[in-house]
Amino acid sequence: MQLVVNILVLASIYALIACGYVLIYRVSRVLNLAHGELMMLGAYLVLATASLFDQHPALALAAAVFLSLVSGGLVYVFLMRKMTGEMVLAAILTTVALGIFIKGMVVLIWSAQQQYPAQALGVSNPSLSIGVASISLWSAALVGVTASTYASLFVFLRFGRWGMRMRAAGQNPLLAAQRGINLHGIYALAWCLSTLTGACAGILMALDSGFTVNMPVIGLKAFPAALVGGLDSLGGALLGALIVASAEVLLIYYVDPLLSDVVPFLVLIAMLIVRPWGLFGTREELDRV
Amino acid sequence: MFRPTPRASGYFRTTYAADAALVQTRTEKIFLLLFLIALAVLPFAAGPFILDLACQFLLASIGALSLMLLTGYAGQISLGHAGLIAAGAFTTGILARETGAPFWVTLPASALTGIVLGFLFGLPSLRLRGLYLAVSTLALHFIVVYLGGEYETKRGFSTGIVIEPPSFGGIALRDGRAWYFVLLAAAAACLLVCVNLLRSRSGRAWLAIHARETVAEALGIGIARYKLLAFVISSAMTSVAGCLFAYYRGFVSIEAFDLFLSIQYVAMIIIGGMGSLLGAILGAAFVVVFPYLIENAIRLLPNAQRLAGDIFAVNYAAFGVVMILFLLFEPLGLVGIWRRIQNYFLLWPFKQRPLAGGRT
Repeated sequence: MQLVVNILVLASIYALIACGYVLIYRVSRVLNLAHGELMMLGAYLVLATASLFDQHPALALAAAVFLSLVSGGLVYVFLMRKMTGEMVLAAILTTVALGIFIKGMVVLIWSAQQQYPAQALGVSNPSLSIGVASISLWSAALVGVTASTYASLFVFLRFGRWGMRMRAAGQNPLLAAQRGINLHGIYALAWCLSTLTGACAGILMALDSGFTVNMPVIGLKAFPAALVGGLDSLGGALLGALIVASAEVLLIYYVDPLLSDVVPFLVLIAMLIVRPWGLFGTREELDRV
Repeated sequence: MFRPTPRASGYFRTTYAADAALVQTRTEKIFLLLFLIALAVLPFAAGPFILDLACQFLLASIGALSLMLLTGYAGQISLGHAGLIAAGAFTTGILARETGAPFWVTLPASALTGIVLGFLFGLPSLRLRGLYLAVSTLALHFIVVYLGGEYETKRGFSTGIVIEPPSFGGIALRDGRAWYFVLLAAAAACLLVCVNLLRSRSGRAWLAIHARETVAEALGIGIARYKLLAFVISSAMTSVAGCLFAYYRGFVSIEAFDLFLSIQYVAMIIIGGMGSLLGAILGAAFVVVFPYLIENAIRLLPNAQRLAGDIFAVNYAAFGVVMILFLLFEPLGLVGIWRRIQNYFLLWPFKQRPLAGGRT
């Protein structure tokens, strides 16, 4: 029972992070390898806002989430905008460089030690029990946030005006631009949303158990979830996260705890061998890259 | 660098031997000689710090050259370079530690590991392209690092494996100067292999695959074969670099081979300039020297004391910025700058090559 809960929590973490990869990839065909760092930035922003609004944890959280949304937009406007239409490799490497930069700056500002934003905010993390299993409050919140994020993203992409534009831009950028869709606006929106969801994941994980500068590794481990499901499919990311998380939790439990860091990548390689475009991805992708 | 090109001054070759020569004109010969003398004198003129830096640069340049072969020429993206270096270093470490194998056993063994791993790393490239290939090499990097870490913890070397310095005929290689010459020889050999590979059949095949796979296949180039060959050769050289690295440091620990190292190697070929061996060398020099430059620059700042503890973070941030600047504003890298300077003097007093009529 506890295993099921663990799988569910880990799957929601991966799913929430993976949807950031999917959003950006689907819209602009760029793989954002700085996603883990942007996620960590969200967690650090909570530390900053916690000292700013020290009596209002909700306000501080909202401010941090908003700031990470803005920082996603800034990343696009000042950096990735220049890489639009460049070689895929150049764009990926730019995000890698961005990741290194963020990591360095974050350590410079906040130092490299383990941080506990929950203490800074003055919120507790009680353990809830469901039947025989237990789950911490913030992990439960994470599951809830993931569910609502996916629900709202589905609705937004399916029925929203901007969501439709995003899908159009992803399907055929040239045609979309000719029909009067502002591509730069769409891409910026994708970066904003992606950073927002990533930061939510980072913040909730940090509230649950604290975090260090090594947090981006989790972001990287969530990438296989996105790829297993198909890099341009949100529903796929959800299923992919579930697959990767179950594989990880079960293997850690039954085989070896040290496997934790490598299981998602084993799944990734298996997927790349069998079906590189993922469970629900579009097959033509592969040739277009 | 060593590519035989017709000269602007109208130097034309009249024999096949002259055509195939690596060093063509007398001026080039003189400069090469001067360069070699400078390289030979360097360890006797420089202090231990510079010597260590030079050794690091030589090691890095082997890795950068092999990555350039793979990415810059054959067009196969690899984000798992650190994994291959780790594989070489760990093969050496494990063999030296478990069986006490000497240098002349561990070096070929590392190369062999590199060949096997290169084959494995290369297999996905037969099906995947671009982004997906990059991701698969990234995943393989994590797996190699995991295996190394697993070995360390299971065997109780959790802090790392200590390796005795190699010995040639009973003389142990401990001296920095001796190391410098060994590494110099290795780097020079590596460069020669690369140069000759690139101007032979396989190099041309790689360039063709890089340019357009379909056309290359239509020309009768075995895509699968040459892609795998690129991976195998590149990985073998990288693993040898890893073996030398392990001996040079006298110590192998999996912490040294994190993702950042892979990124550093990719940065070397980006900063140096894609598709140029000179670029790989320049990039290696830049990336190796850069942290020390930053350190010295920070010492000049007024509040140096405060930043001294976070020098690693400053390095990180500055490295990211430099990489971004190169990607955005100088995609051709240092080689691009170098060629521009060269052209400026070649064409002086003109700014551009004449469109027609001029002999190029």
